[in-house]
Amino acid sequence: MSAEAHGATLVAEQFDDFEQQKQADTFGMWLFLVTEVLFFGGLFCGYCLYRNVYPEAWAAGSHLLKVTYGAFYTALLICSSLTMALGVRAAMLRLKTSLTVYLILTWIMGAAFVYIKLRYEWYGDFLEGLVPGFNWAPHGENLEMINHFHALLPHVSLFFIFYFCMTGLHALHMVVGVGLLTTLLIFTQQGKNTQGNYNWVEIVGLYWHFVDIVWIFLFPLLYLIGGRYV
Amino acid sequence: MSEDVHVHPKFFYVKVFLALIVLTTITTAVAYVDLGVFNTVVALVIAVCKASLVVLFFMHLKEQAGMTRVVIIAAALWLAVLIAITLSDRFTRHWVPSNGPWESSTMAAPQSE
Amino acid sequence: MSTVAVEVPSLPEVHYLNADYGWRSWLFTTDHKRIAWLYLISITFMFAIGGLSATLMRLNLIEPSGLLFEPATYNKLFTAHGLVMIFFFLTQSIPTVLGNFLIPIMIGARDVAFPKINLLSWYIYILGALIFVISLITGGVDTGWTLYTPLSSTYANTNVLSATTGLFITGFSSILTGLNFMVTIHKMRAPGMTWFRLPLFIWAMYATSVIFVLAMPVIAITLALIALERIWHVGIFDPGLGGDPILFQHLFWFFGHPEVYILILPSMGVISELVAAGCRKRIFGYSFVAFSSVAIAAISFMVWGHHMFLTGQSVYAGLVFSALSFAVAIPSAVKVFNWTATMHKASVSFDAPMLYAIGFIGLFTIGGLTGLFLASMGSDVHLHDTYFVVAHFHYVMVGGAIMGYLGGLHLWWPKMTGKMYPEAWARFACLLIFAGFNLTFGPQFILGYVGMPRRYTVYPAEFQVLNVMSSAGASILALGYLIPLIYFAWSAFKVPAAGPNPWGAKGLEWTVASPPPTHNFEETPIVTEEAYAYEPEAAHVG
Repeated sequence: MSAEAHGATLVAEQFDDFEQQKQADTFGMWLFLVTEVLFFGGLFCGYCLYRNVYPEAWAAGSHLLKVTYGAFYTALLICSSLTMALGVRAAMLRLKTSLTVYLILTWIMGAAFVYIKLRYEWYGDFLEGLVPGFNWAPHGENLEMINHFHALLPHVSLFFIFYFCMTGLHALHMVVGVGLLTTLLIFTQQGKNTQGNYNWVEIVGLYWHFVDIVWIFLFPLLYLIGGRYV
Repeated sequence: MSEDVHVHPKFFYVKVFLALIVLTTITTAVAYVDLGVFNTVVALVIAVCKASLVVLFFMHLKEQAGMTRVVIIAAALWLAVLIAITLSDRFTRHWVPSNGPWESSTMAAPQSE
Repeated sequence: MSTVAVEVPSLPEVHYLNADYGWRSWLFTTDHKRIAWLYLISITFMFAIGGLSATLMRLNLIEPSGLLFEPATYNKLFTAHGLVMIFFFLTQSIPTVLGNFLIPIMIGARDVAFPKINLLSWYIYILGALIFVISLITGGVDTGWTLYTPLSSTYANTNVLSATTGLFITGFSSILTGLNFMVTIHKMRAPGMTWFRLPLFIWAMYATSVIFVLAMPVIAITLALIALERIWHVGIFDPGLGGDPILFQHLFWFFGHPEVYILILPSMGVISELVAAGCRKRIFGYSFVAFSSVAIAAISFMVWGHHMFLTGQSVYAGLVFSALSFAVAIPSAVKVFNWTATMHKASVSFDAPMLYAIGFIGLFTIGGLTGLFLASMGSDVHLHDTYFVVAHFHYVMVGGAIMGYLGGLHLWWPKMTGKMYPEAWARFACLLIFAGFNLTFGPQFILGYVGMPRRYTVYPAEFQVLNVMSSAGASILALGYLIPLIYFAWSAFKVPAAGPNPWGAKGLEWTVASPPPTHNFEETPIVTEEAYAYEPEAAHVG
């Protein structure tokens, strides 16, 4: 292949050529995503079980979350996936400026996701006394909603545990993603990602899209249960 | 390098993005309509569609070797096994076998005494 | 052989062990062979800890009233023994020592796909092991290795949090190792090394790596949930707060059962290599043995409920699990039949590796068959949580997995070090281990059948004879394990070089020098023959 285009020094010594390295890196990242599916999967399993055992508590808990936040996050992440995919494309075409722009845009959206979630949504939940283990004490309209569904407080608390665990684990992955993007930006500035070796951008892209997919499932499962027609 | 890899035009990705936004809007809107149990079904179907779009087009699965598809299907399948069998345990726990004829004498004993 | 002018083998001038000196060249190495040594030393240290707790347990059980320990302390001992042996010794043993060393060489590669991640795996292991050992020293855990809730999550007042942290961290070491091996086997085979020319050890390691990737993340999240419940007292698994303890068991055993196949599959792969080398014959039914590894890995994920027959699980789910547990025995039996068929009409050499292989076949068969008693719900009602279970899993894990590990160490020791171990001592140690093992765990089948529960520090006086037999066997077993430790170390110094292929075996690893150079091959080999391509006429009495 065009080894000189990739630079012989860009191929690690255990690999025969650039193509093998690229395939190995990509396959490795897909396998890592499989482990992530099973990692989140344990939480999804618990969620499914309790949702079927305490449907009223799940519906009540879901109504205590704000759909506006959920829908906004979903749109934000889909947008960031777009910019990430366009970034990978720019790396393939060796367009350093475009790649930098798309990486920065993705970075901003990822950071905004985490910031808004923690500063506004979670802090708001905390102020309303909806954090089990810290200050679990639903009151006012929230308590009315719970009673409307005839749910028991400990079960709604269980819902909120899963809510915080699943979105928290997801947010943690977003933070890691933002860290990966930072590394990519540094490498791009050094000219490393636009010499035909777009591997790294592609595999960070895979990771980013996966985190987006997790949110695509979390949104309806946490925010839209029991219907919003009540 | 770019001889081996097919690079999509930018608009291709924008189309996928728009489809995802439309699906998100639909799933949010449908939640405000009473469809009973189908609310969940519709929500999950839409979520699977969105995830498929991301996997196929943003993650370039369409252009990948077959092994990658096997890997993804395996992950989904194994998660399904975990959830399905765990739930099947919980929901068949209280299936009590009905009293057949050979049990009726023991069941009737206290009253007849 | 004695009629040909014998060339005295010598060590190559430069090989992976002397290519570089100094602690930095070892602690910052990316050579898979050196990383294998790092693991070998670390897991031997952990084995000593696990073995010590077992020794103390067996000492305690000499007396019906418990010779040495209060129940609270005894609980900590068996928990430590289980957790250390499974998570810090057996899970790593063959994969990270023999797997790391051999996989790249056997497939004709220069190294694994991600050498730096390989080293990272070792550091993660060390970090997790350190945290765990500290949790042991500062008080230990008393929940049993299965960490059942709500004891572990709510009521235990021992070091559950620090122990689960150590376990959580070490789990990632295994995940990365499995990922590394899968990519290596898929992408880095030499030209001509098709899937069906791979040694069966590689097939077994591949299947094991699939289980690593799919099962270990689930235990990771489960441990995190225990920690969550302990810290914030939220009722995920606490029935008083609406939680379901059986959910924990489902999550735990979804990992836990495939985990035990992580422990045995690599050993089965080693046995294929030992039998082929010891009989100088192609393994009978190669593709059946290869596919059986994959089948075991797949079915192993669907049988986990057989650990939960008596804990409140649905009878109907239990039926399904029971049937599938019988099914998973079939591929294992296929392997045993094929190894035996390989030995039929072969000229079998009774060197130590072959002795370990034969021992494995017998002991694993007993362990596997006794598993069927536990897989059928009717008999499990009687046998669950008794010493029958303990005997069953020790037959497969010690009589199976550890025998395979030791056999593999013996077969490949000359390759790893360039030196041969003393054969007479090795055979003696193997027989001692075999005898000690059977004396330790054979009586435990009977103990379980007559009703002695596991994890108990006291027992009725009429069980004392069997318990004393078991403890006596344990001391013989301990001696048997000590002997190889001594002669392996001794062989590094006193013994002449072994040469590249002291066994006359087939396989790419035997075509390189002993010890191999850092990059394994001077030039990438081109594979043209099937695995185990022994000439039928060349077989001779060894």
